[in-house]
Amino acid sequence: MLIDFFFKLREYRVPCTVRELLDLISAMKERVIFCSVDDFYVISRVILVKDESHFDKFDRAFADYFKGVVSIDLDLSNIPKDWLEKRFQKQLSAEEKAQIKKLGGLEELMKTLQERLKEQKKRHEGGNKWIGTGGTSPFGAYGEHPGGMRIGQDGNRNFSAAKVWDKREFKNLDANVELGTRNIKVALRKLRQFARTGSAEELDLDNTIKATAKNAGYLDVKMRPERHNSIKVLMFFDVGGSMDDYIKVCEELFSAVHTEFKHLEYFYFHNCMYEHVWHDNSRRYQETLDVWDIIHRFSKDYKIIFVGDATMGPYEIAYPGGSVEHWNEEPGSVWMQRLTDHFEHCIWLNPQPVQYWNYYQSIGLMKQLMAQRMYPMTIEGLSDGIKELL
Amino acid sequence: MNTFQGTENYIASKDLQLAVNAAIALEKPLLIKGEPGTGKTMLAEELAEALGTELIQWHIKSTTRAQQGLYEYDAVSRLRDSQLGNEDVKDIGNYIVKGKLWQGFIADERPVLLIDEIDKADIEFPNDLLLELDKMEFYVYETQEKIVAKQRPIVIITSNNEKELPDAFLRRCFFHYIKFPDKAEMQSIVDVHFDNIKQTLLDEALALFFNLRELPGIKKKPSTSELIDWLKLLVAEDISPEVLRESNQTKVIPPLHGALLKNEQDVHLFEKLAFMNRGGR
Repeated sequence: MLIDFFFKLREYRVPCTVRELLDLISAMKERVIFCSVDDFYVISRVILVKDESHFDKFDRAFADYFKGVVSIDLDLSNIPKDWLEKRFQKQLSAEEKAQIKKLGGLEELMKTLQERLKEQKKRHEGGNKWIGTGGTSPFGAYGEHPGGMRIGQDGNRNFSAAKVWDKREFKNLDANVELGTRNIKVALRKLRQFARTGSAEELDLDNTIKATAKNAGYLDVKMRPERHNSIKVLMFFDVGGSMDDYIKVCEELFSAVHTEFKHLEYFYFHNCMYEHVWHDNSRRYQETLDVWDIIHRFSKDYKIIFVGDATMGPYEIAYPGGSVEHWNEEPGSVWMQRLTDHFEHCIWLNPQPVQYWNYYQSIGLMKQLMAQRMYPMTIEGLSDGIKELL
Repeated sequence: MNTFQGTENYIASKDLQLAVNAAIALEKPLLIKGEPGTGKTMLAEELAEALGTELIQWHIKSTTRAQQGLYEYDAVSRLRDSQLGNEDVKDIGNYIVKGKLWQGFIADERPVLLIDEIDKADIEFPNDLLLELDKMEFYVYETQEKIVAKQRPIVIITSNNEKELPDAFLRRCFFHYIKFPDKAEMQSIVDVHFDNIKQTLLDEALALFFNLRELPGIKKKPSTSELIDWLKLLVAEDISPEVLRESNQTKVIPPLHGALLKNEQDVHLFEKLAFMNRGGR
């Protein structure tokens, strides 16, 4: 039984190994828990899952595996309508919403549900009309109806029997979904190059021994500086216009980057790089910086990160005077070229979801200018980008 | 060995109890994660208290190396002593300083070993401890001596998720994520910390606290330890429940908010909301 369970978890891409399965079996043997699915849920999660970002996958796998084993009792007598509606709105994906239309829209579905609730007083299992479990009625849990609604697969105190793995409390911790400051920081940690610079604070044992030997056995203590992350980063943020939608992710990225690197400079631009950037967004028209100055000022071992959606008219990149804000003598592509030529390691992070990239000519153009080093602004994209930077 | 059910000062959820007891029974290290202030470090302290055994704490810093947990060879002292002609110099054992892990291995009773904030250390740190935590033994090269644990310590490891831990390390641990307590659990947590808090005050304070956590866009959500501090202040200042209720309904900034909101942007956000609320009236 546990082996099937194990493979079910693997199927849901929970990274667990044979070693952990053996641990779980020995936990069963030791009688750490006994005769309770809830306890088994907790203990198997403790042993098999090692990161809260996998909890959601685990919950789904667990529900899938045990749906035949446990049936749930639903007490539907007093569901407040508002609560149901809110829950539904929250849970539904775009597909599901489309499916609801099959049944005449959410309003219609809610009305039918209310009527059925009035008619039905008892618990129900199977069948195709009543609210219950395992049936094909549009209402109830674990059903097969394509336009059906799940009831009791989410947590609420009224539903004494709703199982904890159905709550999916850890949904928002899944690494593929969320890009919080903490996650970004974790990803940025990979961007490290250690070097010994600064004041000498650490005992250098090897050198001390050598020096002492040279000193005819009299102690000669040698010190050396501690290791520090010596990475140097320049960031260019696209601001305004189409970037407004992504302000939150950019803020998060910025705050994470800000605390992570000692040598960090950041600049703003609009849509595409031209001859000027600025440092303080509120004074962008008064205080601009020459891009030539940046190229001359920063050595080529600085790592460059552009952040922008690269969504604009292609002429804004390709033609002189293409900028929407001012007359640029040279096209943006020339400036991009200059920067990528000078700095060895550049990447472009794009908050626009990857699946839309093909629809914008400008993204393709920019990606070409970046020599394909454009990455989506997700944790995975960020990690890939960082590998490129190192 | 007896099982852990929480203590007078520490409310452990059912899940946490199971996780701890499994770790004790199967002699595996237990990795604890969770929001800051949900009592990760306290778990080890209370566990040692409950089991009536010694607690060995190893606090990890960014410069901590795995070797320091085993032992350190104090070469500089030895060199110095050799110049002074000290007799101790002949025995290298005099210059081996025992680390926390070693102390845990040789304790008479099975101790609780806390490795606190393992994510603060260098990325390779956990990998360097693999064998030691697995086999509970290590080798002292200076004295050609093998140290084997008398009994496997109960190892509690906490992490704040600042770094990802390597897979090989995770495979050897059990893992528990301390969820943020709900209202009922929070009530019992507060109860163990305060004997004589007025029920009305507590109700109002908890309502306000959970509302504050729900506030969209808040940067650092206040956690359990912040709530406890805040309650202490409320009691000390003798704030009446009515003031809190008032504050919760009108969304003005709560009294003594400094204990709850630790980020000036959050305070600012709250003030803005309060202003909008008043303006809307």
